[in-house]
Amino acid sequence: MIYFDRVSKTYSDATPALHDITLGIEPAEFVSIVGHSGAGKTTLLKMLLAEEAPTSGKVFLQSIDIHSLRRREMIYYRRRIGIIFQDFRLLSHKTVYENVSFAMEAAGRTDKEIESDVPHVLELVDLGKKFWSFPNELSGGEKQRVAIARAIVNQPDIVIADEPTGNLDPLNTFEIIQILKKINDFGTIVILTTHNKGIIDSLGKRVISMEEGKIIRDSKEGRYVL
Amino acid sequence: MLLVHIKRIIRSGFFNFFRNGFVSFSSVLVMLVTLFVIGSVIFSSAVLNSTLETLKDKVDIRVTFVTTASEQEILNLKDKLEALPEVETVSYTSREEALVIFKERHGDDQLILQALEELGDNPLGSSLNIKAKEPSQYESVANFLQNEEFLSGGGVSIIDKINFFQNKTAIDKLSNIIDSSEKLGFIITIVLVIMSILITFNTIRLAIYISRDEISVMKLVGADSSYIRGPFVVSGILYGLFAAILTLLLFLPMTLWLGDMAKRFFVSFNAFDYYMSNFLEIFAIIIVSGVVIGAISSYLASRRYLK
Repeated sequence: MIYFDRVSKTYSDATPALHDITLGIEPAEFVSIVGHSGAGKTTLLKMLLAEEAPTSGKVFLQSIDIHSLRRREMIYYRRRIGIIFQDFRLLSHKTVYENVSFAMEAAGRTDKEIESDVPHVLELVDLGKKFWSFPNELSGGEKQRVAIARAIVNQPDIVIADEPTGNLDPLNTFEIIQILKKINDFGTIVILTTHNKGIIDSLGKRVISMEEGKIIRDSKEGRYVL
Repeated sequence: MLLVHIKRIIRSGFFNFFRNGFVSFSSVLVMLVTLFVIGSVIFSSAVLNSTLETLKDKVDIRVTFVTTASEQEILNLKDKLEALPEVETVSYTSREEALVIFKERHGDDQLILQALEELGDNPLGSSLNIKAKEPSQYESVANFLQNEEFLSGGGVSIIDKINFFQNKTAIDKLSNIIDSSEKLGFIITIVLVIMSILITFNTIRLAIYISRDEISVMKLVGADSSYIRGPFVVSGILYGLFAAILTLLLFLPMTLWLGDMAKRFFVSFNAFDYYMSNFLEIFAIIIVSGVVIGAISSYLASRRYLK
């Protein structure tokens, strides 16, 4: 479903961030990407998100070259991907409920759909009692759960989690990963980047190892080996 | 669906306004200054115009006639003058009236009254006071008087003197002052308004800058530009509205205090009366200015973060 075709990315200071990446991801896969800082994990995600364009090569989603999309189509494309970041990236002036409903409003959903889906998805991540709190009133784990709720509320095809547990303690880390596994069980592709050895070993799912812009290992039931 | 979309944008704009309390407060204050400047300009130009009208009114040409001129001849001339396009009004003072006025004015001066007695006959002639529509037109009226042959039966000019040429320099100076004031006033107005708008724009741009992280998140989540920019424009309009209302309220005590400016500035203009009688127009100008400046500033300021 996702296919990177010989993708390379070089930034203006001539460092190659990605070097000739070829990679395919099937529907309902759970893929972890590991590597040192600067290995190219985040750049790979940016290619998929069309936040930046590759210097050469193409990225396909279901046979569509995503970098050839026009602005209008790009917006629809982005709505098919839910993203979670290490620094949560919530809207600080909106409540928990509004942060999630904003994603639906931006997608043009009706008030009725919003009223039914938002509480449902917030219950899913166990934030039923925190609808009207503001982000600065929440713990790190709770913030990340809001971010996940927001990422999945529009039922995306793909969920990307870029170091989602980087700022969390071990217990919260475990919970977040459990939620991500649950999402994957529902059939959504989950792409996770991480440094965390424990997560990788406990998942037992596909692991792609990157170093200096290249894929050095891709194993179906991987363990954290660098 | 479009209606729901717009409703959401407006709601978001309102929320932003009230939740970002301090930022909104400073934006409203800066707008207040801008609108206050615009309002002051309106008042200043009204005062200037009123003053100029008053001054213009005091300038006229007086034509004094010889004592032998007949009233009919004088009234004929009056009709001719009134027919001229430059002439606003002409008023006739007969010899008898002139004498009465003269006696009143010099009522205390025994020497002059005695001199009058000695003369016996009324030495004063009738006169016509001519007011032109614009100070610059007095010259042509004066020329008219000089060129027409106003003769009585005996072939002698009935005009004794025309006191325009004595006032000519004064009238010329007045015309120049009026012209320069108007030009200067206009230039100052434009400069002040532009400056104020730039400051307002900058303040609003700061407010939007503070939200730049939020804007990038909104883009990531898939919102389109109208959805991101819309609430900022709504907030901008709200800044303008609030500032406009505050400005109008501020002018109330101010004009009341300035009040009857005749005593302070020798100008027959009452600031408060002017404000009240022209309230609707001033209200419209200030509110529209506020809303337009706020909306445009927000729209332009948010462009930077939406590329």
